[in-house]
Amino acid sequence: MKRPSLLGAAWLVLKKDWQIEWRTRARLTAIIFFSLATLLLFSFAMGPDIVTLRAHAPGYLWLGLLFASVLSLGESFRVEAENQALTGLVLTPVEPRAIFIGKVLGNASLLFVLSLVLLPVAVALYDVDLGRDPLSLVLVLFLGCVGISAPGTVYSAISANARARDVMLPLLLFPVLVPLLLAAVSATKFTLQPDPQEQLGSWLKLLTAFDLIYLSVGFLLFPKVAEED
Amino acid sequence: MALALEALDISKRFGARWALSRLSFTLEAGRSLLLTGHNGSGKTTLLRLIATASFPTAGVLKVMGYHSQDEREALRPLVGLVSHASFHYEDLSAAQNLTLTAKFLGVEQPASVVTGLLDRMGLVARADSPVRQFSAGMRKRLAIARLLMRAPKVALLDEPFGELDPAGIAQMEGLIQELQRQGTSVVLATHLVEQGQRLTHERLHLEGGRKVTPV
Amino acid sequence: MTPILPLVVLALVVAAIVGHVAVPAVRPWAWKAVGALGAAMLVSLWYFGLYWAPPEQFMSDVGRILYVHVPHVWMALLAFTLNVGCAVAYLMKKSWVTDALAESAAEVGVYFGAVGVMMGSIWARPTWGVWWDWDPRLISTTVMLLAYVGYLALRSFTEDPERRATWSAAAAILSYVSLPIVWFSVRWWNSLHQVQSNPSTVDKPMVAVLRWGAVTMLCFLFVFIVKRYEIARSRQTAAMELPPLEAPRAEVA
Repeated sequence: MKRPSLLGAAWLVLKKDWQIEWRTRARLTAIIFFSLATLLLFSFAMGPDIVTLRAHAPGYLWLGLLFASVLSLGESFRVEAENQALTGLVLTPVEPRAIFIGKVLGNASLLFVLSLVLLPVAVALYDVDLGRDPLSLVLVLFLGCVGISAPGTVYSAISANARARDVMLPLLLFPVLVPLLLAAVSATKFTLQPDPQEQLGSWLKLLTAFDLIYLSVGFLLFPKVAEED
Repeated sequence: MALALEALDISKRFGARWALSRLSFTLEAGRSLLLTGHNGSGKTTLLRLIATASFPTAGVLKVMGYHSQDEREALRPLVGLVSHASFHYEDLSAAQNLTLTAKFLGVEQPASVVTGLLDRMGLVARADSPVRQFSAGMRKRLAIARLLMRAPKVALLDEPFGELDPAGIAQMEGLIQELQRQGTSVVLATHLVEQGQRLTHERLHLEGGRKVTPV
Repeated sequence: MTPILPLVVLALVVAAIVGHVAVPAVRPWAWKAVGALGAAMLVSLWYFGLYWAPPEQFMSDVGRILYVHVPHVWMALLAFTLNVGCAVAYLMKKSWVTDALAESAAEVGVYFGAVGVMMGSIWARPTWGVWWDWDPRLISTTVMLLAYVGYLALRSFTEDPERRATWSAAAAILSYVSLPIVWFSVRWWNSLHQVQSNPSTVDKPMVAVLRWGAVTMLCFLFVFIVKRYEIARSRQTAAMELPPLEAPRAEVA
């Protein structure tokens, strides 16, 4: 019997998450419609002025994703808390760090799919121009989704077992995500609108730095959180 | 003779309550232990400590010679736990759950091993239904299948007869004896004292988290 | 101010607090002495800050809030640094001492931070005409405050002491790591909006009063943390003692 390596185990965790997502498609659909409703509500709240809506579209898009991420992250560890499945994985034994990598990628891929679904909706509601720099836009979305998932995975592993978990997760997660929100909104804006001062590059760097920092901190912290003392 | 279990003055606290208090005992490798006591007497807590799902607040617990906390990585492949918390993913099928474990363990030809185990536990007909639709007895069978795949040196069974039908109980007894023949130490927590004593060599009775002589 | 000075102050405060924790002999009187010193310095700070120091060049008398506002924010930062130090120490080697110290530092830090942000907002109103401004320092402090309110909420929502200690240590590290990133991102974001405003250069007597204020607040920080630590420890020890070897009679019967 040859046990899988760290990355091999992470891949198995990721595939398992995808399997669960696929078997519970209804839940995924619900999250998609939740964020659609959020985007729609923003446009109601701001009124029908298309110029304002277009200017603020990146902000609405990321707020929609952020709210949806609280639901999907919470769900991702509710699945693990049921029957103490996460403990089962640790005892199998699977290295907690492999679980972290797998779960981050699982959460990030789900959010990324969601963000791609939201793009055409943003076109319909806010009349944004996706054709200006589509590759950078997809890159920004990807980096942003990884950035939400890296601290989000650690925090939802904590809050899944805490009392009042539905309040705990956003309370812990949102302050940490402030720089990510600023960077992602600004970067998205410069892929949708003219970027005369060429600021996109520096925001992309900030996003990448955020991802790398939180991936490494999470990688170190997650084993402490995943195991009971 | 090597020791399967060695508890040196272990205690476990949850919040302000002591679930286990100053417990010391040993069990020789290959011998089996019956764990008795009322609900809430600490049986499940002790099993979770041995399985390294949790660690003693104070004292030292050694399983197969390994320190249960400091050497948990080396220890984990050697112990298997079947408990009320079944460790299954509710949304995956029985076969998917077992295949996942098989791949993590690095079992060769996981598909045939999984089919064999499901067949043995009488779950083949429902292999592709999600665990969410399973009855309590079927969940228990699935958990046993997982334990068999791990082939542990120390098998921890928490109320294994609980939700099973008479045929299942007979099969369970057979499985326990088979594990014992392979040299596995079985730690059996059950309310069925007579049945348990027939299957094991020693008995540990807990009351309020303490070791007491059964009356 | 040289960048090394805050580190020296941090080291001194940590040494003082650790000394207070480690040496039982000083416990009855040291905090009283430091507290009395703090009170005396506070009284003289009123005089120095309100009369002795010259009015600030552009902001006139409103600028005098600087002498308490800035030290409060500094103290919050200091307390959170102490907190994250304890969190790292706890994760490396479990100890109820570092857990209790982390808890007290975080709570005292939230107090200083909250008062500091409120004073910042009061200052912003007559200066910039708004209660709120995208000043990177104000925003970073507020975000930091929110993160640590979450930290305290997590602590109060977790009953099991071991889990509370481990989880909150992880949360503390994640929050603290975000501080520099928040600061840089807000500053960057802000520079695009061209509303960056800076208090003008501070002259010598003002620096002196500012430092006087900082030392005053340091005294209070010390007293608050060591007293809060004693409360945290006494709560812990109630639950920490091992159960007796033999069961009490009532338990058997």
